[in-house]
Amino acid sequence: MAVRVRVPTPLRRFTGGEGEVPAEGSSIRQVIEDLEKRHAGIRERLLDDKGEIRRFVNIYLNGDDVRFLDSLNSKVKDGDDISIVPAIAGGV
Amino acid sequence: MSYITNLKCKECGQEYPVAPLHVCETCFGPLEVGYDYAKIRAAISREKIESRPRNLWRYRELLPVDGEAEAGPHSGFTPLVHCKRLGAELGMKHLYVKDDTVNHPTLSYKDRVVSVAITKAREFGFTTVSCASTGNLATAVAAHAARAGLKCFIFMPEGVEAGKIVGSTIYGAQVITIRGNYDDVNRLCSEIADKYGWAFVNINLRPYYTEGAKTFGFEVAEQLGWKLPDHIVVPTAGGTILPKVAKAFKELKEVGLVKGPEFKIYSAQAAGSAPVIHALHKGVDLITPVKPDTIAKSIAIGNPADGYYVLRAVRESGGWGDSATDPEIIEAIKLLARTEGIFAEPAGGTTLAVALKLIKQGRIKPDETTVVSITGNGYKTLEAVAGAIERPFVIDARLGEFDALFERLGDGKRAAASA
Repeated sequence: MAVRVRVPTPLRRFTGGEGEVPAEGSSIRQVIEDLEKRHAGIRERLLDDKGEIRRFVNIYLNGDDVRFLDSLNSKVKDGDDISIVPAIAGGV
Repeated sequence: MSYITNLKCKECGQEYPVAPLHVCETCFGPLEVGYDYAKIRAAISREKIESRPRNLWRYRELLPVDGEAEAGPHSGFTPLVHCKRLGAELGMKHLYVKDDTVNHPTLSYKDRVVSVAITKAREFGFTTVSCASTGNLATAVAAHAARAGLKCFIFMPEGVEAGKIVGSTIYGAQVITIRGNYDDVNRLCSEIADKYGWAFVNINLRPYYTEGAKTFGFEVAEQLGWKLPDHIVVPTAGGTILPKVAKAFKELKEVGLVKGPEFKIYSAQAAGSAPVIHALHKGVDLITPVKPDTIAKSIAIGNPADGYYVLRAVRESGGWGDSATDPEIIEAIKLLARTEGIFAEPAGGTTLAVALKLIKQGRIKPDETTVVSITGNGYKTLEAVAGAIERPFVIDARLGEFDALFERLGDGKRAAASA
């Protein structure tokens, strides 16, 4: 499955400055593994040492937080839209 | 004169220069402003602060700016109201409301954080400011940007109270509403911040912005006569204000402005958006996001970025937290209005409703000094309570009709006797 992944500024030094990169995989976990192959070092920015998504990283699949789906096992289809976004604060 | 030393990641400790950065490049953790407290301690005193104008900049040594204030010359220093009638109903002798319903100029605690963020935006040379907001923040950014002469774009979720949209547009800001909830707006804004290079007060200026929330705590302590309260109840949405109030209290001790016993801090959330309270009650660190569903829109954030730091501050202080249902929130808004003449927005109703629970649970004792944090004004959210208040009576303009009505209301005898 070929997807596009949007990458936030703090991770662009891994992607040669690109804000959007292609990747492949049939789950979020596989997409992250594929990103790691293409842009070495990016995985450990996204996942902690237990292999879980870091506390301050949000990953959205077609606009939905994957924590509401099946987290790293969420299924990915051709053409899906994936965004990596640092958690940010609002409200009080 | 600046007392800032650097930015530092709250998670891994990595240090960064003072710049418009908000997340750690290594672990995505939030960045926090560091200060030279020894230098501040030498430069500051109660007398010096008390001699300054009554606004939030009286604590400027403990705020992350280099020069003069560029925004908020009348913001902050809101009343700390000793609630005697409400206290009497609850059996509490020293119950206070910190009343940000009257913050200048936009009637919420957001005037504090935005004053600091806009000042910092000017120091960094930005010409456009922006924010993702459920409403109160939007209004504050729009107003402060107008006064500072900056361009302003505001992003909010569809479905916020109508007054809040008008309340931003009126200042000349460009308002864009997003089909989705607050978390969707946040996600989009992070992407826009990256692409357009604007000063998003709660994204790339977040480390500075959040520091403004400390002034809420500084003022409470000063207004109590340079003492910390035994208990303070604070609302939680994204999790900005609570850890910063705790930080403010600690800093006051650190720089020698306050001595004496420690405080306990409590988190209040609406039951329809209470991921932090769930984690607190379960005794875990992991905050599971929820889809918000509550009338308390200004605190309806299902995936709180700083929720973990709320948990930590609450636990460190020996405090606790609870949530309030929509009916409890409305009852509390009415109670505060009818006893103290203060009309809070649903976030304030939430905080008071939770304070009532904590008193009932015996966590807060009758003779202990307790502060309830009211962070926004009920006039902005009339829709939230409109269905829950008595309808007016309609009569003809004849005295006889009023006499009859007054008799029916049952107050007739008392009125006649006292006449």
